[in-house]
Amino acid sequence: MTIFITNILKEVNKMKRIAHTNSTLPRWFGNPYGVRHPFWVIVQKEISDHLRSWRFIIMLTLIILTGIGSIYTALTGMGNAIKSANGADTFFFLKLFTISDGTMPSFFVFMGFLGPLLGISLGFDAINSEQNRGTLSRMLAQPIHRDYVINAKFTGAILVISAMFFALAFLVMGIGLITLGIPPNAEEFWRIIFFIILNIFYVAFWLNLSIFFSIRFRQPATAALAGIAIWLFLTIFYPLIVNLIIRGLSPSNIEFASQQRLIALNQLHTVLMRLLPNQLFSDATTTLLMPNIRSLGPLTQEQLYGAIPGPLPLSQSLLLVWTQLTGLVAATITCFVLSYVSFMKKEIRSR
Amino acid sequence: MDNTVIELVNLTKKYGSFTAVDGLNLKISKGEIFGLLGPNGAGKSTTILTILGLTEPTSGSVQVCGINSTSYPVEVKRKIGYLPEDVGFYDNRTGLENLMFTAHLNGIPDIEATVLAEQLLEKVGLSDSLKKKTGNYSRGMRQRLGLADVLIKNPEIIVLDEPTSGIDPNGVREFLDLIVGLSREKGLTVLFSSHNLHQVQQVCDRVGIFINGKLLGVGNIQSLSQQLFNNQLFVVEVSVSQPPKINVAKVSVAQLQKILLPIHGIRKISIENDVFRIESDTDISAEIAKILINSGLILSYLHKKEYGLDDIYYQYFEGGK
Repeated sequence: MTIFITNILKEVNKMKRIAHTNSTLPRWFGNPYGVRHPFWVIVQKEISDHLRSWRFIIMLTLIILTGIGSIYTALTGMGNAIKSANGADTFFFLKLFTISDGTMPSFFVFMGFLGPLLGISLGFDAINSEQNRGTLSRMLAQPIHRDYVINAKFTGAILVISAMFFALAFLVMGIGLITLGIPPNAEEFWRIIFFIILNIFYVAFWLNLSIFFSIRFRQPATAALAGIAIWLFLTIFYPLIVNLIIRGLSPSNIEFASQQRLIALNQLHTVLMRLLPNQLFSDATTTLLMPNIRSLGPLTQEQLYGAIPGPLPLSQSLLLVWTQLTGLVAATITCFVLSYVSFMKKEIRSR
Repeated sequence: MDNTVIELVNLTKKYGSFTAVDGLNLKISKGEIFGLLGPNGAGKSTTILTILGLTEPTSGSVQVCGINSTSYPVEVKRKIGYLPEDVGFYDNRTGLENLMFTAHLNGIPDIEATVLAEQLLEKVGLSDSLKKKTGNYSRGMRQRLGLADVLIKNPEIIVLDEPTSGIDPNGVREFLDLIVGLSREKGLTVLFSSHNLHQVQQVCDRVGIFINGKLLGVGNIQSLSQQLFNNQLFVVEVSVSQPPKINVAKVSVAQLQKILLPIHGIRKISIENDVFRIESDTDISAEIAKILINSGLILSYLHKKEYGLDDIYYQYFEGGK
């Protein structure tokens, strides 16, 4: 019994010693002596790398120009929108993001277009450029775990993107507030916040994909091209292929086809299109920014019967896009896991 | 207590069917400068990466200061400073910023790190280029910055992988002097990998010759030559001429043989370009000199042929193939 107790005491002392030695090590968010956790050291380096890079400045300029352009078209188109609005449609402020006078796409369409480019451009040389410069082996020779590097690469880029999107959206809101003179109500505000978060998730997907390519391919140019190729395939060729398939399956004369068959075809089309991250994104943003949208699939006459036309509350809109959001997050995580695993298995040579 | 700091036991690393490191056993003690000498592709870098825990061995184990590198790489990396071959820096940052990044990764507080970085940059002779971007550094400067980068974490062991490749001879000498000085001053253990035997010969206490993933010989240069050439002959080269009184111009082999008759163990005497080559079983150079001078011949040149690292290297190199 005494032996047992002394053993326990020994263990306790050991634990105390370990706890004591650990307390002198940097904690997760740093300690009072100006020592940060190595993970945040890398994140900080990543962020400053991004902010100093020409590529980021170019992307930022592009997106700001886009923002200005779409606000301009939105504001010119706003007059018509207000005139034609019926009483139920009160979300004027959200129109800032969605309407256009036809000369230029609206803000949210542009974001769907530029988001992938931003994600690819921030990630395509994440790992391979470090390796080509010979800094990866130097960094990994420091007392850090290997996954800090990949996690920090992702976190750094995401923080930069988030800051940028929030700033941009708030700027658009500010300009709208000044020019329209209509303040957004709480629901509109939250819809915009969710819209930004959705944007960040969407860019995160492309970011992870291009980080994966940056691990897979030694040359940054190859990784960038691979990312852009996937993006082009998903935005241009995939919908074409889906249309071909659906057309092949369609009955020659639609008037004689059964309703069930047409619904099945429509559902097949939706399912195939929803494999696309950009489709998920545009479905979700449309629903969030246009409260009048009640469903993302076909609705039967019975389902519409008795429905009062009017906007959905935010919670219902969120419920509607929950699947899209989940799909997008799942795609993002899949890409991240792929890059994580391939980075952990990667052979680190000096160059 | 045993002062072994790096211990490799039966270390094997395979890439598919290719064996990069084959059953390596090696012990390196505290404070010594150990040279890992071998041609390119011999498996030196792989061995170093395994010591650092950056690569997992196929079998065998690596202990650094009693810690297993494969299971606890972070603890091991806290003790080892590693200078990779052709070290890279962030070109758009200054030398100081690059050092600070490493210092922060090692958890050194800001103020301490700045002082330390400036001190080290002065030590490696880069204090003028402290605020210059590393993209503008020359190869030699980068390598010296690399050394400062290794030292900033205050390691117990420094591992240098081909640190002198691509530097001019003068730069190499300065660099090697710096390493030896630092090692002696701080009692650091140094593992120095190179394919250049003269540099290894110049700085290392002990040398391991490493070819095709196998360690063919370990020891200081003397013991290596003994290991290798113990069954070989001693060779003394002499050049003698007749005293001026005698008109016969040259000394013949037969004459020399007659003079050297009292010495035991001479195997063979041959002549090549007026230089006699005397092969023997034991070291007899002193006796040869004595007898030749007593005989009245003029001894103008005597050289005991020693086998340097060059010969060892090539011998092993051929043996390894």
